[in-house]
Amino acid sequence: MNAIREPALGHLRWPTAGGSRVPYGVFTDPAIYELEQQRLFRGDAWSFVALEAEIPASGDYKSTFVGDSPVVVSRAEDGSIHAYVNRCAHRGAAICRELRGNVQNHTCVYHQWAYDLKGNLIGVPFRRGLNGQGGMPADFDMKKHGLQKLRVESYGGLVFATFSESVEPLPDYLGPMPCKAIDRIMNRPITVLGDQRQYVAGNWKLYAENTRDPYHASLLHLFHCTFGLYRSSQKGVSVMDAKRRHSMLTAMRGTDEGMVDGYQDTRTYNTDFTLADPSVLAGRPEFDDGVTLVILAVFPNLVVQQIANTLAVRQIIPRGVDKFELVWTQFGYVDDDAQMQAIRNKQGNLIGPAGLISMEDGEAVEIVHRSIIRDQDQTSYIAMGGEQAKDAEHLVTEGSIIGFWEYYREAMGWAA
Amino acid sequence: MLDLSALTPVDLHYQVGKLLSDYVECIDDDRLEEWPDLFVEDCLYQVIARENADRGLPTSAMYCDSRGMLRDRVVALRHANIYAKHYYRHVLSNVNVKGVQDGEVLVQSNYVVLQTLVEGDTKVFNAGKYLDRIVATPDGLRFKRKVVVFDTYRIPNLLVTPL
Ligand code: FES
Ligand SMILES: [Fe+2]
Repeated sequence: MNAIREPALGHLRWPTAGGSRVPYGVFTDPAIYELEQQRLFRGDAWSFVALEAEIPASGDYKSTFVGDSPVVVSRAEDGSIHAYVNRCAHRGAAICRELRGNVQNHTCVYHQWAYDLKGNLIGVPFRRGLNGQGGMPADFDMKKHGLQKLRVESYGGLVFATFSESVEPLPDYLGPMPCKAIDRIMNRPITVLGDQRQYVAGNWKLYAENTRDPYHASLLHLFHCTFGLYRSSQKGVSVMDAKRRHSMLTAMRGTDEGMVDGYQDTRTYNTDFTLADPSVLAGRPEFDDGVTLVILAVFPNLVVQQIANTLAVRQIIPRGVDKFELVWTQFGYVDDDAQMQAIRNKQGNLIGPAGLISMEDGEAVEIVHRSIIRDQDQTSYIAMGGEQAKDAEHLVTEGSIIGFWEYYREAMGWAA
Repeated sequence: MLDLSALTPVDLHYQVGKLLSDYVECIDDDRLEEWPDLFVEDCLYQVIARENADRGLPTSAMYCDSRGMLRDRVVALRHANIYAKHYYRHVLSNVNVKGVQDGEVLVQSNYVVLQTLVEGDTKVFNAGKYLDRIVATPDGLRFKRKVVVFDTYRIPNLLVTPL
């Protein structure tokens, strides 16, 4: 790789001031990707890195990423949670080579420099040499050679980390709408049910668009629509935080019976597709508000979902301009009874990379990405719902996508 | 109906091998409608990442506890889901018939699934092991339980065709 250079943003043209026309170059230009790593993932943003429930005990750790920087999240003896770059302060080896585990301290395998659970350097072999020969310089100070630490905060059991010294505290960064949505789902102790990893050959922002897009969900996902898990005719909202960087869409099952006429012209609803075993759809009402679907997209890399009785966080890890990894961590509540466990297990068929209602999102990203590699100045057209970054009390809108792009332009320093 | 306990180990191995071959062929030759017929009605078909299986966690890519659910997967794949046309080619090895327990044959084997997309190149899509429990029925041997534990835990784009 070349050294980080300052890319010229000017070479791509946004034909309008807002976020309703997006030049395809933002999805394919490696210089833009580099700048995103600096200004978004290492800029003034909090990235989701773990659920507290993934590292419940002292010494538990998880290796993950902030943007594409490898990071370790670990719990120290005093219960506090820390995050540091997964790179030895000596010569740069990865100090943590497993996805997860439990250790007393992290010892680099290369020359065995050892770090405590907070990322401080605590041991260097041959520090004073052997038999009076070799050894580190006399002014070597262990305190100056710890791992590169990130700021860490958690909210509702969700752990976030940032490289930024200046980003506001996490609850302020999230804002009232996302906090309320997180409070609702993370209302009591959770238990992790497992992970699924999906590798998508497309730019990460295509997925950011996808999760802010209530319009596609009933048209692309036939399974969703046929069984009423989600239809654009249902009661629902599409809302954003004050800065329009986070967004949430919700829907309520069973609120559109007799109202499905709008689907007559689509492939989506006119189908005689029925289930031999409908038990996959059997569930239980879990929340008093009647909301059966929540997709909360937190800028830049998190989606919190409730789809029927499936609960999950999805972490978006960019892996270059044309690839990202999506890690689905599914969870339930500690107090789930056996029936609820069985429901979540079976409804798991709906989500993840093999999900009957979610597999198409990866496909949608890939068919876009493959088609936009040329003609970088040509743009998408995002206008459903009035071509404005507006909240809506319905699901036939692209307002949150426009909001995302307006915030993105701002955060990237991309003036109108 | 086959009497499992009356079969010699060699015969049993042959019969199990035949069922596994039929299974792989009906997927690879795109006769997916026949695929559920290789299971008993009251079956379990589970596809689970090794990282979850090793931790004793339940999250599965697919979890079907009836033949009806297997049929639904096929119907959804034919009529509901959107995905790129692709072919699978299973390579199966190390078929280890471990024994018969309570009328069920316990079998472990390894598989590699190669995937060919319309672009024409072939890639290793997934590798793992099958943990099977097989029973005798009037129609021949059938899967009572098939647990697919996949080592390749990062799924390229999506998984729609059964492994
Ligand atoms: S690189 Fe880690 S101890 Fe040398
Ligand atoms: Fe979708």
